[in-house]
Amino acid sequence: MFRVELAKAVRRWRTWALGAALGVIPILIVVGVATSRHGHGNEGPPFINLILKSGLFAPLTALAVLQPFFLPLTASLLSGDAIAGEASTGMLRYLLVRPVGRRRLVVHKYVSVMTLVTIAVLWVVVVGVVAGGIAFGLGALPTLSGSTLAAGAALVRILAAALYAAAGVAGLAAIGLFVSTLTESSPGATVATVVFAILSQILDSIGNLSAIHPYLISHDWTAFADLIRDPVAWQKIVHGLVVDAVYTAVFLSAALVVMTKKDVTA
Amino acid sequence: MSAIVARQLTKRYGDLPAVDGLDLSIERGTLYGFLGPNGAGKTTTIRMALGLIFPTSGEISVLDEPVFASATPGVLRRVGALVEEPGFWKYLSGRKNLEFFARAAGPAADREARLGRIDDVLRTVDLQEASGKKVKAYSQGMRQRLGVASSLLGAPELLVLDEPTNGLDPQGMRDMRRLLRRLADGGTTVFVSSHLLAEVEAICDRVGVLAQGRLVAEGPPSELRAASELLRIDVDDRQSAQRIIAGLSGVQIEPREEGRPSLYVSLSPPATPASVNAALVHSGVAVSALVPERATLEDVFIALVEGADVPR
Repeated sequence: MFRVELAKAVRRWRTWALGAALGVIPILIVVGVATSRHGHGNEGPPFINLILKSGLFAPLTALAVLQPFFLPLTASLLSGDAIAGEASTGMLRYLLVRPVGRRRLVVHKYVSVMTLVTIAVLWVVVVGVVAGGIAFGLGALPTLSGSTLAAGAALVRILAAALYAAAGVAGLAAIGLFVSTLTESSPGATVATVVFAILSQILDSIGNLSAIHPYLISHDWTAFADLIRDPVAWQKIVHGLVVDAVYTAVFLSAALVVMTKKDVTA
Repeated sequence: MSAIVARQLTKRYGDLPAVDGLDLSIERGTLYGFLGPNGAGKTTTIRMALGLIFPTSGEISVLDEPVFASATPGVLRRVGALVEEPGFWKYLSGRKNLEFFARAAGPAADREARLGRIDDVLRTVDLQEASGKKVKAYSQGMRQRLGVASSLLGAPELLVLDEPTNGLDPQGMRDMRRLLRRLADGGTTVFVSSHLLAEVEAICDRVGVLAQGRLVAEGPPSELRAASELLRIDVDDRQSAQRIIAGLSGVQIEPREEGRPSLYVSLSPPATPASVNAALVHSGVAVSALVPERATLEDVFIALVEGADVPR
């Protein structure tokens, strides 16, 4: 089932459109920096000034740009469509009668959604490395702590940052999948999930609510920057992963409960 | 050996029973027609048989295995289904749809067998040439045929088809009827739900009539036709005739479409054709024809269904 999901995704034009849209982001960043060689002061996305020093910062800036909206959107689009999409085309009943077990359906759909999300993030990073490398060279990476990392070690950290960013939306994808089991409207599920992500970020910015901030799903999304410290500051990253794991467990279980108990009239 | 057995199968939505204590027993190798008006509970019954909807109470088993005994009814591997409308991934071609559907689940041997049958089923429903086009471009008839093809991929022992001739032209309908008959003759149990009484009458071995969630009649089509004789009366003044007949005891006007020139009545003692004729002529209505006719399944169906509509 999982392989069939990926094969189907490859054949949809929207997969390629999404890939193109995401891939444009690091290119735009690099072009933007390259065409205005002086620094941006303190404005602009994180690390953007540092791109001048090493093209290796381009993928990191791209990740930072991706996080508030494009990455949650991608996760919401894929997870919201996972089950609601099949329901709306009338395929859900035929899959269940195949028979594909209800639990198996949920799990395989989730795994394929997260696989595609991870591929999307890695794709952005690869484009960023290539574009940044062409424009500014892949020189040693100055860390936020003042030291320098060789290109090879830096690439490892960048890869880790990408994986962390993908893990950051794992909980969101679980929420999207859960909403997807409740409706036959794929766009509806997508929008609901995106709204959840946006609300999380809004709440995260309200000082009075600082007590709940650590439990919001978006709170530690930007912690990937901590990987560019020497030594790596693991605290926020670990916290972020734990929060993701909890959201994922809760909402994936909820999706499983709904799917195994509901009457499928779609 | 049975194909489908339902015992006191019930599905309630709130207070309303969509299916109400249904007892059904369909033997293997039968071509069984499931008739009923909209809202009778046919689709709900079919969905319960396929494990899609959970019954409120009662049991249902398919090919001698209870459908709800475990989380995934493995017996469905041997069942092919078409429920309400066929479902497809519209961005894929017909052939790719079948391929991905075949690969979606099941042990490797089962998947390989299904993949191997793709050409056969496409040929059976006459879709080989169109199989490379995206389903988005298919007509309704083509989608319907692809749906039937999909249900045949697993070489099922039981076929459950909801309105299989939906959207087909007369030639397509004829081909479908022949296909179903051929499958049933070959040992496959075919369970067809339909509104098209003429079709069901033509090919089914047995017919079950569902109304308001209950089986109101069951048997071979011939047995179900009214035992009582129907009388066809051609008159010049239909309204007067209806008025007169309404006053006679033992005579019941059978509802037929308006615009047909004839009246249809069923008789029970003390009425006879002669007494009806005499009553009409005596009151000045000219009777040009008085012909006994056997009821069709449609008459029985309407009578049964209207009978069931009487509030309890």
